[in-house]
Amino acid sequence: MSAVQRIRSFVLDSPWRLWTRQMLAVVRMELKKSVITRRGLWIYLLAFAPVAIIGLHALDMKLRLAHPGSRVHESLSEDTQVLAGIFQFYYLRMGIFFGCMGIFTWLLRGEYVEKTLHYYLLAPIRRELMVLGKFVAGLLTSTLLFATGVLLSFALMYWGLGGEGEQFVFAGPGLGHLGAYLLVTALACVGYGALFMMLSMLLKNPIVPGIILLGWEGISPVFPQAMQKLSVTFYLKHLTPVAVRAEGLMALFTVVTDPVPKWLAVFGLLALSSFVVFLACLKARTLQVSYHTE
Amino acid sequence: MSDRIQFENVSKFYGEVLGVNNVTLSLPPGITSLVGPNGSGKSTLMNLMAGLIQPTRGQVEVMGFSPRRPEAMFRVIGYCTQYDSFPHSVSGFEFIYGWLRLHGLDRHQCAALTNEALQRVRLTEAAHRPVAGYSKGMRQRIRLAQAISHHPTVLILDEPLNGLDPMARAESIALFQDLGHEGMHVIISSHILEEVDRISDQVVLMSHGYVVAEGDIREVRNEVKDHPIQVLIRCSNPGSLAARVFGQDHVVEARLHEDGGGVLVRTRDADSFYLLLNQIAREGLVDIDAVAPADDDVNSIYQYLIGGGAS
Repeated sequence: MSAVQRIRSFVLDSPWRLWTRQMLAVVRMELKKSVITRRGLWIYLLAFAPVAIIGLHALDMKLRLAHPGSRVHESLSEDTQVLAGIFQFYYLRMGIFFGCMGIFTWLLRGEYVEKTLHYYLLAPIRRELMVLGKFVAGLLTSTLLFATGVLLSFALMYWGLGGEGEQFVFAGPGLGHLGAYLLVTALACVGYGALFMMLSMLLKNPIVPGIILLGWEGISPVFPQAMQKLSVTFYLKHLTPVAVRAEGLMALFTVVTDPVPKWLAVFGLLALSSFVVFLACLKARTLQVSYHTE
Repeated sequence: MSDRIQFENVSKFYGEVLGVNNVTLSLPPGITSLVGPNGSGKSTLMNLMAGLIQPTRGQVEVMGFSPRRPEAMFRVIGYCTQYDSFPHSVSGFEFIYGWLRLHGLDRHQCAALTNEALQRVRLTEAAHRPVAGYSKGMRQRIRLAQAISHHPTVLILDEPLNGLDPMARAESIALFQDLGHEGMHVIISSHILEEVDRISDQVVLMSHGYVVAEGDIREVRNEVKDHPIQVLIRCSNPGSLAARVFGQDHVVEARLHEDGGGVLVRTRDADSFYLLLNQIAREGLVDIDAVAPADDDVNSIYQYLIGGGAS
């Protein structure tokens, strides 16, 4: 049978409905475990810490706006830059990064720690579906948390600017910015999630994959463009709506790459993540329950 | 479709530690007990059957299915493991229901099968309480309920009687017998032969990762009885002693120890051999310094097993 025939037979003859039901069962089970959990408190904190700070700033702005002669226009452009900075330097490089590390490394590693992996492995389900279901659940959890955090940060930032802020959001580029921030947030969760899940299947300690990836994402801008394409931030920085200049020592070594079309950045990141998830699925076929050696 | 569980030259090593070595078995339908001391390789053999671990060498097949295809194999297998851990904060009902959902069944089927399984292990009343609050016996029973909930044809039970009080133990044994009579392949592991030999159609004795005897329980008893034991005799004139004992019917082998200070004798009848040794000592043919069993043989394992753990 040729490769084309095999693919055709796989597409036409596979029990897609059964697989969908099974995967949804995994997603449901994982969501119950991961959305509201005491273990995840530090991740909620990562997602919502800027919201609290921006909320205080917004209140302060409101009070200042009450005084006549306040320069709202200057504040608007300044706050837009501040929000872009918070998003790129806090959310992308810290919050979402570590949040995804906590969520995605726990998906499978947590099953070893709690000695519950056999619960899945004793069911008549393809292991690839188990991995995909867990990935989707992790993605929903992380995107829900961080997109909510970003949305609230955005809303509070422009709420604080009163009528001009409202104008910027509803009659200006504001909603476009918000859409881009949310898209980048979701894509960051896809990219980091895929990498952390895969790394947690290869290494026992989640701190190790975290440090490896943090190191790579941090230094990748100094490498040639071809190597930068293997980092998540390479694709994401081309999608952010407001550019923030690199500053400090790192800026000296940064290789400025040609702009990448937005569609290519999205598909590039999705392709990279799909490949990593595919590798995780292959790895899952040889998963063994050996709790005593973990 | 084959009706057997087959192991062909299966070995499993955990790094350098031996799990099981060179196991070849063909288990027919009925109740089969895997019996051996702790660490003898029973759980490893069961985990290999279920594909929770993969063999270092050899092949396993359950009813014609390879453990490498869990999506097909677990339609016919139910496995009650020894792992006493459960997904966080689930109730007994959710534990089984959620697992059945992984089979791709709809909500109504899952609920019906869950209730049926809970009824069978008499846990209906505690069904909606968190498993974390269950006693050890109840946790054992909820795992059993999970294993039988999808009506498998092969049921693997790893030390299912551990932690059960005498009443629950009797109930469980009766349940296993019922399942066996219903035509199910039931594989039970235990470190106490007495506990399972009454209900077993066949027994597999294991020690240190090896299958030391298998078959019908009576055959195993005979096999154990006929199995030669090895004795090391430290003495002054090993050559003369070897020549003297070699002619006896019950002596299978007599050879000089490598250090030249003793004789290794393999005999089928230990009692007769020790009588002969007394006689030789009285005759003054050799000065005997020490007599000791030279191997951890099947007989000592068997004595251990029927002694309920006393070696």
